[in-house]
Amino acid sequence: MNSPLSEVKETIVPAKRSHLAVKLQAAKTIIWRDKYLYLMLIPFILWYLIFAYKPMYGLQIAFKDYSLFKGISGSPWVGFENFERFFQSEYFIRNLVNTFMINFWGLIFAFPAPIILALLLNEVKNMMFKKTVQTITYLPHFISVVIIAGIVTNFLAPTNGIVNIFIEKFGGEKINFLAMPEFFRTIYIGSMQIWKDVGYSAIIYLAAIAGINPALYEAAKMDGANRWKQVWHITLPGMLPTIMILLILNLGSFLEVGYESIILLYQPATYETADVINTYVYRAGLQGGNYEVGAAAGLFNSVVSLILVVVANQLSKKMTNIGLW
Amino acid sequence: MKQSFSDKLSSGFIAVILIMLSAVCLYPFVYVLSASFSSGSAVITGEVLLFPKDITLDSYKSILAKDGLWQAYGNTVFYTVVGTAFSILLTICGAYPLSKSRLVGRTFVAFFIAFTLWFGAGLIPTYLNFKELGLLDTRTSIIVGFAVSAFLVILLRTFFQSIPDSLEESAKMDGANDLQILRHIYLPLSKPALVTVGLIYAVGKWNSYFWAMILLNDESKIPLQVLLKKMIVEMSLNEELTGSMNAANAMSQETFIYATIIVSILPIVLVYPFLQKYFVKGTMIGGIKE
Repeated sequence: MNSPLSEVKETIVPAKRSHLAVKLQAAKTIIWRDKYLYLMLIPFILWYLIFAYKPMYGLQIAFKDYSLFKGISGSPWVGFENFERFFQSEYFIRNLVNTFMINFWGLIFAFPAPIILALLLNEVKNMMFKKTVQTITYLPHFISVVIIAGIVTNFLAPTNGIVNIFIEKFGGEKINFLAMPEFFRTIYIGSMQIWKDVGYSAIIYLAAIAGINPALYEAAKMDGANRWKQVWHITLPGMLPTIMILLILNLGSFLEVGYESIILLYQPATYETADVINTYVYRAGLQGGNYEVGAAAGLFNSVVSLILVVVANQLSKKMTNIGLW
Repeated sequence: MKQSFSDKLSSGFIAVILIMLSAVCLYPFVYVLSASFSSGSAVITGEVLLFPKDITLDSYKSILAKDGLWQAYGNTVFYTVVGTAFSILLTICGAYPLSKSRLVGRTFVAFFIAFTLWFGAGLIPTYLNFKELGLLDTRTSIIVGFAVSAFLVILLRTFFQSIPDSLEESAKMDGANDLQILRHIYLPLSKPALVTVGLIYAVGKWNSYFWAMILLNDESKIPLQVLLKKMIVEMSLNEELTGSMNAANAMSQETFIYATIIVSILPIVLVYPFLQKYFVKGTMIGGIKE
């Protein structure tokens, strides 16, 4: 009974081995065939490992009592202590609320702005005029946030900013806009989100409109649809996939509100409405040297962002069948 | 006929809105330009609204005399030129292999890159990473550390994919290897895409300030944007501390900053009309997901 089985085994095993060997051989020839492509990929992947993935390894300091001398791996573990310190600090709720509010108002005012601009531009028949408007509104996108912040601070300066000069000319009282918490969100969304990017973001929507089948408009005209009805029933539905994708991206970066530009515009007097999680990470972590709490706050930010992208994508897929993946 | 009247009316209405919007977008630039050519006192008292008053080149003269500013300007040019070249090279290294569907492991590498779009280590670990690598206060950190944009890798990859495979196949028949095919077929055919990618990198590098501010301490290495940031913050702080501070100082400083702004955006504004189409193309290729 034994011998036939072992015979079978013996015949099978070498066969399997040779099968594997063949596969390996095939893989080798394929890799050899594309050797230059792989060679090219090496520096590229190395860059990602060193500058994107190695910092992720460093994230562990969020769970450690980090000391500069002991380094990342030498510092002792403390569990969730740093997170507790962040969650219990007075900044956590305030900054979370600020993040939410800035995004909420951004979604109400800044998100639809380029859609409206694209719809308006689409109605313009004179190509010269259309191009000129596009060129002008696109320009601020190329100006650095430092300069935009500089222009904003100068325009709104309390004593001799142009806005206050106007207010005084019309008989009003000068206002120190940048030092007043109630104005911060308006200033930030108006300058950094709308003024800077409305023209730039409109381009993507214009591309989406250009992709709509012209026959649809012909058919609608035959049915007697006026301009407004064509926009409502053809243009907008045609833009919907693009709108949804940008909305997902927008929600995904919910916590990543432009902290680089907030840092330029806020000041201690406006922290109560302007400070968001990442500006806190910058202040407490990088400027204050409180690395571990900063890293914990940053990790919280990253994880929530990741969850938000996935949830937004899933929701969009369910509701509109449109998703990023 | 009623239809066409309402059409005309709405066209006029739309035109008015768009003209107003363009004016709002353009006005700050016009004001800054006019203010930079005006005397400090005219700016401060609000005499400059649209056109320059008491035209003078004083602020531009003081820019010429300021050492730190030219040093920073030179640094920005250096970071932009060298950084863009390095970035393009690395982007091609990623985009070209990834555009080949025959490449084994392609999906994995693509995911490896895309993951960094959704999840990042954050400010502190990134900073500590530079510290560990010994790159604090070095020019290398600015050029190498922020070399790759995943968005632009995807953009270039999409463009490479649009080039017909048959070109590659016939070159292979003639005995060309992948590097030769890339150099002699793909790169020449991709000039518009390469220009687009290069320009987006270059503008980004010209305008970036945040990491340069964090990583560089040495005044002789900082780019223009960081210097500008310091000047602006210093100015508004001064104004806050002393109310109006000594008037003469305030006057010169204000117009000086406006002139610096003009000098720093000049290169971009000058090339902008010629290059706009590349950016539009790039936004469209990159914006449309497969």
